[in-house]
Amino acid sequence: MKITVSGTVKEVADGLTVSQLIEQENVETPQYVTVSVNEEFIESGTFDTHILKEGDEVEFLYFMGGGTIMQSIIQDGSDE
Amino acid sequence: MPFTNEQLERYSRHIILKEIGAKGQKKLLNAKVLIIGAGGLGAPAALYLAAAGVGTIGIADADVVDLSNLQRQVIHSTNDIGKKKVDSAAETMRAINPDVTVNTYYQFVNSENISDLIKDYDFILDGTDNFPAKFLINDACVMAKKPLSHAGIIRFKGQLTTIIPGEGPCYRCIFKNPPPKDAVPTCKQAGVIGAMGGVIGSLQAMEAVKYITGVGELLSGYLLTYDALKMEFHKIKLPPRGKGCAVCSDHPTITTLIDYEQAVCDLH
Ligand SMILES: [Zn+2]
Repeated sequence: MKITVSGTVKEVADGLTVSQLIEQENVETPQYVTVSVNEEFIESGTFDTHILKEGDEVEFLYFMGGGTIMQSIIQDGSDE
Repeated sequence: MPFTNEQLERYSRHIILKEIGAKGQKKLLNAKVLIIGAGGLGAPAALYLAAAGVGTIGIADADVVDLSNLQRQVIHSTNDIGKKKVDSAAETMRAINPDVTVNTYYQFVNSENISDLIKDYDFILDGTDNFPAKFLINDACVMAKKPLSHAGIIRFKGQLTTIIPGEGPCYRCIFKNPPPKDAVPTCKQAGVIGAMGGVIGSLQAMEAVKYITGVGELLSGYLLTYDALKMEFHKIKLPPRGKGCAVCSDHPTITTLIDYEQAVCDLH
C-alpha cells in the first residue's frame, strides 16, 4: 500500500504498524518521537498496535534543543 | 507622534511595503518583544527586531560571552568575550538603532520569575537551548495568554512553531514532557552549524513582525522544519489545540509552573 511519510509517498507492506514504520525509517530517538497520522497525534503506548492504512499521512516530530543537549540523546538513542 | 525625517528614511523600505506602511511601522515602534536567550537563535532575532524598529526589546540570559559562542551568536564580537551576553547584545542593538529601548535581564528564567518577566511584553521569542526552559516558557505563555515563537536547532536541522494560546496548539500538545534527565549522558558530541541560528532565528523575528503588524498568516498550528543538508523545508500541520493537553486544554491538569531539572552538562 502507499502511505505518505514526512511528505514523501512510499510503498510499504500492508498491515504495517507505527512501530514497524519507526524501525523501517530508522527514526532517531524512537523513544521520544511524537507521531501524527492524518493530523492526529498517536498515543506512544499504541505504536505497536496502530495499523497504518492506505493513504495515511505520517509525520515524525522530534525534540530539538539549542544544538547541544539533544545531540547526546541522539547518540544514546542510536546505541540501543 | 509623527515620524522624524530620520525615521522616515530609516524605515523607508518597510513603509513602502503596502502590507506594512506607516501604520505598520508605528505598530512596530509601539511593540514590546521579549527574547529569552541571547544565543544562536536570539542573536539574529534581536538584530533584525532592533533594525526593524521594535520599540521595546527585552533580552534575558544568565550567561557571559564565550569564545565558542562566536561561531553562531552573531550579536556578540570578539571584544565582548567575558561580558554578560545581555549587555553585549544590548550594546549591539542600541548601536544599530537608537530608537529601540532595550531592557536587559541577567537571569535564568524559572517558575518564580517568568510570569513577571513576560507580563509587560506583547510577543515572546524562545531562543533557549534546553528543554526545562522550553517547557517553562510554553506553560507560562499559555497561562498568561502570550503569543510565543518556539524554536529548536541541532546539527544541520532546525524547527519552529508559533503558539497563540487559546487558538492554536502549544509545545506541550506536541511533546507532553521533557526527555528524562538521565537520557542525557554526555554532551561531548554536541554541535550545530552556525548559520542554522541565522535561518531559524530570523524566521522567529519574521513571525514577531507579522504578529505585531497583523500581516499574513502566522505559523500557528504548524511546525516548520528545515533540513540544511537536504535543503528542504517541510511544514507539518498539527492537530487542533488542547486535545488532552495538560496545559492548554479547557481542563488543564498543569496549572502551576514547573522547574524541570536541567541535565548536568557543560554547554560550552
Ligand atoms: Zn497544548
